Amino acid sequence: MSRIDGPVSDALLGLGRHLRRGEVSPDLRTLHQIGGRQGDVFYRDRWSHDKVVRSTHGVNCTGSCSWKVYVKDGIITWEAQQTDYPSVGDDRPEYEPRGCPRGAAFSWYTYSPTRVRYPYARGVLVEMYRETKARLGDPVAAWAEITTDPVKRRRYQEVRGRGGLVRVSWAEAAEIVAAAHVHTIKTYGPDRVAGFSPIPAMSMVSHAVGARFVSLLGGTMLSFYDWYADLPVASPQVFGDQTDVPESADWWDASYLMLWGSNVPVTRTPDAHYMAEARYRGQKVVVMAPDYNDAAKFADEWLSPHPGTDGALAMAMGHVILKEFFVERETPRFLDYVKRYTDLPFLVRLREHDGGAYVPDKFLTSADLGEEGEEAAFKTVLLDSRDGEPVVPGGSLGFRFSAEGEGRWNLDLGEVDPALSLSGQGEAVPVVLPRFDAPGNGAMRRGVPARRVNGHLVTTVFDLMLAQYGVARDGLPGEWPSGYDDPAQPYTPAWQEAITSVPADAAARIAREFARNAEESGGRSMIILGAGTNHWFHSDTMYRAFLALVTLTGCQGVNGGGWAHYVGQEKCRPVTGWAQMASGLDWSRPPRQMIGTAYWYLHSDQWRYDEHTADVAASPLGGGAFTGRTSADLLAQSARLGWMPSYPTFGRNPLDLADEAEQAGQEAAPYVVEQVRAGRLGFACEDPDAPENWPRVLTVWRANLLGSSAKGNEFFLRHLLGASDAVRAEENGPDRRPDDVTWRDEAPRGKLDLLLSLDFRMTSTTLFSDIVLPAATWYEKHDLSSTDMHPFVHAFTPAIDPPWQTRTDFAAFHTIARAFSDLARTHLGVRKDVVAVPLLHDTPDELATPHGRVHDWRETGEEPVPGRTFPKIVVVERDYGAVADKLAALGPLAERLGATTKGVTFDVAAEVERLGRVIGTVRGGAADGRPSLATDVAMCETILALSGTTNGRLAAQGFATLARRTGTDLGGLADEHRRITFADTQSRPTPVITSPEWSGSETGGRRYSAFTINVEHRKPWHTLTGRQHFYLDHDWMQEAGEALPVYRPPLNTAALAAGPGGEDGIVVRYLTPHSKWSIHSEYQDNLLMLTLSRGGPTIWMSPADAARAGIHDNDWVEAVNRNGVVVARAVVSHRMPTGTVYMYHAQERVVDVPKSETSGRRGGIHNSLTRLLIKPTHLIGGYAQLSFAFNYLGPTGHQRDEVTVIRRRAQEVDY
Amino acid sequence: MTRVMAQLAMVMNLDKCIGCHTCSVTCKQAWTNRAGTEYVWFNNVETRPGQGYPRTYEDQEKWKGGWELNRRGRLQLKAGGRLRKLLTIFANPLMPSIGDYYEPWTYDYDRLFSAPVTEDTPVARPRSLITGEPTKIKWSANWDDDLAGAPELAPADPVLKKVSDQVKLEFERAFMFYLPRICEHCLNPSCVASCPSGAMYKRSEDGIVLVDQDRCRGWRMCVTGCPYKKVYFNHRTGKAEKCTFCYPRVEVGIPTVCSETCVGRLRYIGLILYDADRVAEAASVKDEKALYEAQKSVMLDPRDPEVIAAARASGIPEDWLEAARRSPIHKLIFDYGVALPLHPEYRTMPMVWYIPPLSPVVDVLRETGHDGEQAGNLFGAIDALRIPIGYLAELFSAGDPEPVRAVLRKLAAMRSFMRGINLGGERDESIPAAVGLKPEQIEEMYRLLAIAPYAERYVIPKAHAEEGARLEELATGCSLDYDGGPGMGGPFGEASGLPAPVAVENFHALKERQETDDLDRASELRGRVNLLNWDGKGTPDGLFPKRKDKS
Repeated sequence: MSRIDGPVSDALLGLGRHLRRGEVSPDLRTLHQIGGRQGDVFYRDRWSHDKVVRSTHGVNCTGSCSWKVYVKDGIITWEAQQTDYPSVGDDRPEYEPRGCPRGAAFSWYTYSPTRVRYPYARGVLVEMYRETKARLGDPVAAWAEITTDPVKRRRYQEVRGRGGLVRVSWAEAAEIVAAAHVHTIKTYGPDRVAGFSPIPAMSMVSHAVGARFVSLLGGTMLSFYDWYADLPVASPQVFGDQTDVPESADWWDASYLMLWGSNVPVTRTPDAHYMAEARYRGQKVVVMAPDYNDAAKFADEWLSPHPGTDGALAMAMGHVILKEFFVERETPRFLDYVKRYTDLPFLVRLREHDGGAYVPDKFLTSADLGEEGEEAAFKTVLLDSRDGEPVVPGGSLGFRFSAEGEGRWNLDLGEVDPALSLSGQGEAVPVVLPRFDAPGNGAMRRGVPARRVNGHLVTTVFDLMLAQYGVARDGLPGEWPSGYDDPAQPYTPAWQEAITSVPADAAARIAREFARNAEESGGRSMIILGAGTNHWFHSDTMYRAFLALVTLTGCQGVNGGGWAHYVGQEKCRPVTGWAQMASGLDWSRPPRQMIGTAYWYLHSDQWRYDEHTADVAASPLGGGAFTGRTSADLLAQSARLGWMPSYPTFGRNPLDLADEAEQAGQEAAPYVVEQVRAGRLGFACEDPDAPENWPRVLTVWRANLLGSSAKGNEFFLRHLLGASDAVRAEENGPDRRPDDVTWRDEAPRGKLDLLLSLDFRMTSTTLFSDIVLPAATWYEKHDLSSTDMHPFVHAFTPAIDPPWQTRTDFAAFHTIARAFSDLARTHLGVRKDVVAVPLLHDTPDELATPHGRVHDWRETGEEPVPGRTFPKIVVVERDYGAVADKLAALGPLAERLGATTKGVTFDVAAEVERLGRVIGTVRGGAADGRPSLATDVAMCETILALSGTTNGRLAAQGFATLARRTGTDLGGLADEHRRITFADTQSRPTPVITSPEWSGSETGGRRYSAFTINVEHRKPWHTLTGRQHFYLDHDWMQEAGEALPVYRPPLNTAALAAGPGGEDGIVVRYLTPHSKWSIHSEYQDNLLMLTLSRGGPTIWMSPADAARAGIHDNDWVEAVNRNGVVVARAVVSHRMPTGTVYMYHAQERVVDVPKSETSGRRGGIHNSLTRLLIKPTHLIGGYAQLSFAFNYLGPTGHQRDEVTVIRRRAQEVDY
Repeated sequence: MTRVMAQLAMVMNLDKCIGCHTCSVTCKQAWTNRAGTEYVWFNNVETRPGQGYPRTYEDQEKWKGGWELNRRGRLQLKAGGRLRKLLTIFANPLMPSIGDYYEPWTYDYDRLFSAPVTEDTPVARPRSLITGEPTKIKWSANWDDDLAGAPELAPADPVLKKVSDQVKLEFERAFMFYLPRICEHCLNPSCVASCPSGAMYKRSEDGIVLVDQDRCRGWRMCVTGCPYKKVYFNHRTGKAEKCTFCYPRVEVGIPTVCSETCVGRLRYIGLILYDADRVAEAASVKDEKALYEAQKSVMLDPRDPEVIAAARASGIPEDWLEAARRSPIHKLIFDYGVALPLHPEYRTMPMVWYIPPLSPVVDVLRETGHDGEQAGNLFGAIDALRIPIGYLAELFSAGDPEPVRAVLRKLAAMRSFMRGINLGGERDESIPAAVGLKPEQIEEMYRLLAIAPYAERYVIPKAHAEEGARLEELATGCSLDYDGGPGMGGPFGEASGLPAPVAVENFHALKERQETDDLDRASELRGRVNLLNWDGKGTPDGLFPKRKDKS
């Protein structure tokens, strides 16, 4: 036997070892002990617990993970993941365990020192309120005096964000909040009240209860998906759908996976394993990211295009696919797919342009063939390749709403074989197409085959695509690339190399592999897309280039294929029931729903600093619709045409407007039109700085606006709040001011009378709030959760009751509503409210603008027509004393009008009746006899009962309704006899039911993938042609040069090249990708996460940039630009590309932020260096898929086209 | 024949690790979020290349952890022979200082509520949890995560130093991977051998290495002895603490916290049977590169009738033998040969093994038109992956590239073979043959690595509680006087002060601490009660921190 060490120590050790029972190895090397567990009882004690409760995290991520929360002696001790998810099938990895380090650290908040335990209010405000109320004897009068006396107003506004919060009682807090609401509604109008709470899916009831309160008032709910820049505008453009994507378990089905600007291990932590595991099935993984990121570690190949140039790479890949798989060799699978499911075979008219060339114009429609009637202009046309005759196939928008379209809104082509190209059929004509790749922009001259149909010169979308992508064919005029290696002509691989730095060969090869895989696997090539490509000014163009890759190769609507856009958390699976609750549709319709980006752009006065005019988006071939106009001008135009919503709407209280109309003996609509035409009534957005048009009361819950999403943060502080700020930009001079929007010399500071927030932790928003209400955490309430990443719903369940004086959002809003109703009964009573409603998606409003030709009544002098060229005007009665009663009961419109989602109306009368029995009914009050929504559980039950995804009866009914329109068989998709109750979701995550609310199918336990119902059941997309669109013919799309997929570079490339610009330091691109240590701002203050990272705000940079600026790792640095100042510590890493710095989203000012040398004030948040810009094409409305729906379409609050100067600062810092 | 013992072991598939640190957080929340262990992470995850936690712990020339062979070819602790250890027990210079771990901190969160109207926005600034003073954070438990600061910090990575000629830290050649670590629960644990108090032991039935909290006298020789630095010193109790392999959980068949919460699904737990009599011999083979095979040679085939008979004779219950036969660990180490030990050259015979990671091919290969899907290309590409084989070899095979290369080729072969099936093609049997596997073996391995069903990831036999009588130990009560007793000057390193008296932290202390507004009250625990003889039951006076409102 081998011996160790030496004999003397052996002897010593041997002796020692005899003191205990146990077995010492003969060589004295180790001690084995049998039992003897007393000494370790501590660990057993620590492991013991009284109960384990299932809950989840209501954070803005797509995890929706199910957790075990451990409780001992009534105290939450820690959490760990549940592992009992429904199975995804026997041949694939399961969901378990799902979770991430952030969620695992959540229980820290419960008892942490940053927990909001009591209601707080701004001390000076409370003092003034108490004094005034004592004097005047009325809360509303007191609020009126404080907010209208300029001295008092200034006194509490200027100390916002500077401490001085004091504890108040719930009763007093609720009274002040109620008084503010009553005063605002009475004086300025209900649309001057706003609510902001994002992402219903992350806790549906907590969202719905507050939104319901705001909606019952007639207040404005602000959108978030577009505001967060998570909405890919290309999705409504191409699919006519907000966003619909495969669940993560469907990655497993892909045999080729590109991760494009999406850092899955960090941002989709619980799902990342599917990527890792699918590789073992032979999936190839390619990562496109500017930095060597966490996802690149898993890739077979990593391509690092320069930030914001991804569109160029995608266009070049499209070039390769079109050339090799459509022209050089016709791939049968691809051809069959694009003829059936895309607009490629449809005919587009050509319009003469300068110099004998043509530009693509409008889709040829049935109206051009002589058909009469409103719908004819919405029936698109293709040619039958068998006889060359024009055909008007079913499925286009013209068949969707008309009586004669019933049974014909489908994708059946019958015997027709659409002609993809007119090649060889007619003449070859030159076309000019815009290009944006070089400074100064330009046009390229290429050619298409064309012929005349009924007198119109037409070509196909496919022919235009080949021209656009530069895929040459014999006999066509124009300039074409000489080959892949031609760097001068868009869109060759060599051309993109100069822009992106990705080697041309690599780009061509990956494109080829991607398409070949799609061909071999039947469409199982997938692109996962992330914020890295979605948060740019021109992201919609990038996305259309990406979508072209998956659509050309027949991957969309196939399990394992297509786009997988994971940015934001858009999917509230029981959407119909949630929408009824959140918008109070059971009591009054329509709700006021506003596009968030436009709201903040105007009301934080960023429009006054916007150095870009709308020309920045214009095409060199455009007609001048944007020339010299500002974004504010276009916003006003979009509002007055009814395209996009605009709240506050008019320059007058809408309650008074209703009274005026009544006094004038007129209906509201004609009265409003007349007033507007006569110039006696303006739109609020035409004079946003007028005091009567300011937003007055803002409630923020489940959100951290000022610490996270507020792009142009410092502008918010300055103008919306009247607080201290670090804005460095100058307001625009007279040459850059809007024409149609009033410029007031003095920009207002402090528009908001009241900022109210509900939270369980201290954030930048609570610090600036006038009143902060203590919220229950996710382990202290009942609620529902779902996401786009997996098709199940599950519950929040309280592990403990809300501690201290915290309340659930549900209880808090009921408290506020009660206080409000008590004051409102006398102060407001019953009023009529004039609501302006935009032209809505999935309704006949989509027919308002034939051919997308813009007619602005103000320019033409025509009579505005509500519902066509003007918002619809609807009068809603509001019984303000009854708001609390209505909040707590299910109203009668539910059964009277039904519940509509995406154009399908569900008859829910039977559900309402059943709910009355399940959750009980109300006795007395305004809601006497109605089903009771008095508890959060009752609201959960109601959401589940009123949604097809959770109520099979409704799903089946919806498919039957839809089938009457499509004339196709949709039977068997829904599990008619299954109904999910709240108790089901509490016991285990519960799979949802296939429903027409979404486009994919889970039937038979298959994995969810978007648009499988469209592909398999010939159900049209909700677009003009009913197919997936490559071509968009709206005037403004053409004006922007974006009728076809195109490459547009980031906005400020020139600024980057311009150099330091007079500042001390270096100029770099500034990006804010999502952090490993937080979900947005949540968890970034969590001690565990701070301990695992660097303990405070950091900016990542490359060694070369660091060296240029003399910065070492962990040095304090300052980043400064026109929008503000950030102080952080540097992280220097060679995984960063040179010329770009990252400040991970969202690092706020609450933890370890010292004062800035530049501003002398506390350093800002990541969004202190960003600002808002509005892309004009996002404002289009009233035309087919380019029609508004809430969080569905609207300008995005993108933030990546930004640069900053960064420098090393003094290393001694002050707090 | 042999003396068969059972060992609970773990394999982590680094190829699947996303570096998320969920394991670290759930472990810390469950076990070490308490006074005295603020800086302690029984489970941590390191970005490699990087310095690790505590920093540069792998530099055994500096820290002297593990074993070495002396001139006579016998195993001796690297920190010096037993005698020397005993003689120098009062001064142990070979310990990482708190700065090598990190100085734990918190923030003045209460300022966010309590700040009066000031000139600026209130902020929570960092404060040291050791001194209570404001601090600039200079190091953390995971400072170099994702190559943070790598140009300045990674050159000190002891592993990187060995292969620095193969590696350039530049953007174009960037690489990284994650290394999650817990205690290795070694077959030949140098920590146990280092303990002068006999407080550390390896459990007979499952090999879990534990510190007897009653017996530990705080000498901290174990901290030095462990080359992985996975024994920690609780500066409140004056005791050593370490990963317990979650024995309260595994005894009832639940996986360890770190495993069950691993969202990368990369951890496997199972039994290994080994010949306890051959451990020292195997740990003493001369050639470090032979240690991997030597350790494998100690492990027994649970399907071998002779082994089964010997195991029965050694008292291993039938259900444990069945678990050993179903062990995913045995499959990964032997049947598929894809798991390797971490630093076999430390000669501790670690029992947490790893599957090394694949990585993207370097650009040079991409430009040649390389097609990563083709088997032949994949094999060729193994040496062109971004993570240098040499680096992996320094971690897992004492510098010998062959075992690592063989594993990576098997992973690549699995991908290539399965792709053919995925796309409905022929089963190309030449692919498994090229890496010495049968097609059905590759498919089994694919099932374990890719499908990775819960019940196959964790095969954990339950403890035999009915044997409880045997589990009683002799109470020796041999207590060195602690309060003011032999100390080594503070909690860490050479300059440490006297160890703090014991204050047993338990759930109630946790509750107290979590319910107070102020995190930085650790000092209140100091000096209030000596619980050396506390039996862990009940709540004697003075056991818990005073309630603030009563004080």
